[in-house]
Amino acid sequence: MAIVKRSIKGMTKLSTKHLLGIKYLTPTDINLIFKTADNFKEVINRPIKKVPSLRDTTIANLFFENSTRTRISFELAQKRLSADVINFSASSSSVKKGETLIDTVNNILAMKVDMIVMRHPNPGAAVFLSKHIDASILNAGDGAHEHPTQALLDAYSIREKLGNVKGKNILIAGDILHSRVALSNIFCLQKLGANVMVSGPPTLLPMHIDKLGVKVETDLRKALEWCDVANMLRIQLERQDVRYIPSLREYSMLYGLNKDLLDSLKKKIIVMHPGPINRGVEITSDVADSKQSIILEQVENGVAIRMAVLYLLAGRNED
Amino acid sequence: MKPKVILDSTNFEITINRLCHQLIENHNNFSESALIGLQPRGIFLANRIQKTLSQILKSKNIKCGNLDITFYRDDFRKKELIPNRTQIDFIVEDKKVILIDDVLFTGRTIRAGLDAMLAFGRPKSVELMVLVDRRYSRHLPIQPDYVGKTIDSIASQKVKVEWKEIEGKDTVWLLSNDQ
Repeated sequence: MAIVKRSIKGMTKLSTKHLLGIKYLTPTDINLIFKTADNFKEVINRPIKKVPSLRDTTIANLFFENSTRTRISFELAQKRLSADVINFSASSSSVKKGETLIDTVNNILAMKVDMIVMRHPNPGAAVFLSKHIDASILNAGDGAHEHPTQALLDAYSIREKLGNVKGKNILIAGDILHSRVALSNIFCLQKLGANVMVSGPPTLLPMHIDKLGVKVETDLRKALEWCDVANMLRIQLERQDVRYIPSLREYSMLYGLNKDLLDSLKKKIIVMHPGPINRGVEITSDVADSKQSIILEQVENGVAIRMAVLYLLAGRNED
Repeated sequence: MKPKVILDSTNFEITINRLCHQLIENHNNFSESALIGLQPRGIFLANRIQKTLSQILKSKNIKCGNLDITFYRDDFRKKELIPNRTQIDFIVEDKKVILIDDVLFTGRTIRAGLDAMLAFGRPKSVELMVLVDRRYSRHLPIQPDYVGKTIDSIASQKVKVEWKEIEGKDTVWLLSNDQ
């Protein structure tokens, strides 16, 4: 008799122990995260939104840089998975007394913490840490380098809205130079087979960005006509160390998305924003709150994506 | 050992019919009751029972849901646990629920299933239906209320239930471990 073994499509675990950046994930990993997130999205819409999977896991959230959304989203994801959570922010800690990153983390790990979620202002901080400690590390943003969970939730939201990411035209517009979201998004969308274009003032586009295989367009209208989805990035006011743009008013006139521009396009595009929004700068309020905007869906999906990543990484621990 | 057929397709259908009639004895017209199949393989039995009950009772309102228990398992990290879809489109609160799985072995899946179901509300009562009950192999104090077939098997053996919808034919096999 022919015994039919249950076929498992694709892989059933991540190829990596950490989530340091999208760069280190395979397309199979990304699809596994999406498939798992589908299930968690159903869980967080139940009357009781909590599952006991990570009840034996302790997670430390180390935020060396300010964050609202990412931090709350991670904490909520951890609590929905029943993990124990400790929070740490640099402003109220011994980092101010001169302790090094490795010392800080090793002290936390000595208290039997299993996973680290870290945001740090220096690019490569998460990769550096992963070489010196044993615990799983999730990068929640490192300088202008990567912000992998944001890219995953952006691509997941596009997949949810359009059915598929492959072959879609995705525009990332705004302050590309200072944006970790832009870099992670480019990697993620390209791994899933999308066409990516970046747009913004030439001073805010990194040199050689075209080497990543993305289209570059400085005219926002042309870029918007090309795309199915526009991800409007925030002007990073805190990182404008030299004057990249003459004024916010001029930026908003030339590179901001307003309702007239949106309505004048030939097709109805989807508008995204990773938050926090500078209303009236990169997008106007009526665009952010319009039916074409999926900004709040992105936030909801963020919890499901982070639950999926935490679940899949925690499941690897005994390898 | 050669693979042994425990239930062939004729007996399979008789068993399903019997299980349905047993359910009707306790649940009348099913207005206060609901079937919940456990993912991945219990859902086939649940769907079959729903279909047969609908024919017998001439009713289109027999509630049937699918419940995935992956996030509630106690062997996280021992296995690769990839979830399936949960779909419960009715209110579990105050219903008489029948949990349904294909094979009852250690009872751990059912334990997780009870836990998972409670996330949807507090049922009036819960019963358990299985197609095959492997006796003397329980790790937990869990017993079924409705049984298709009881068998005595050793731990190294496996019971495989094949469904018309998936494998093309309804059959229950007893296999040795290397098969």
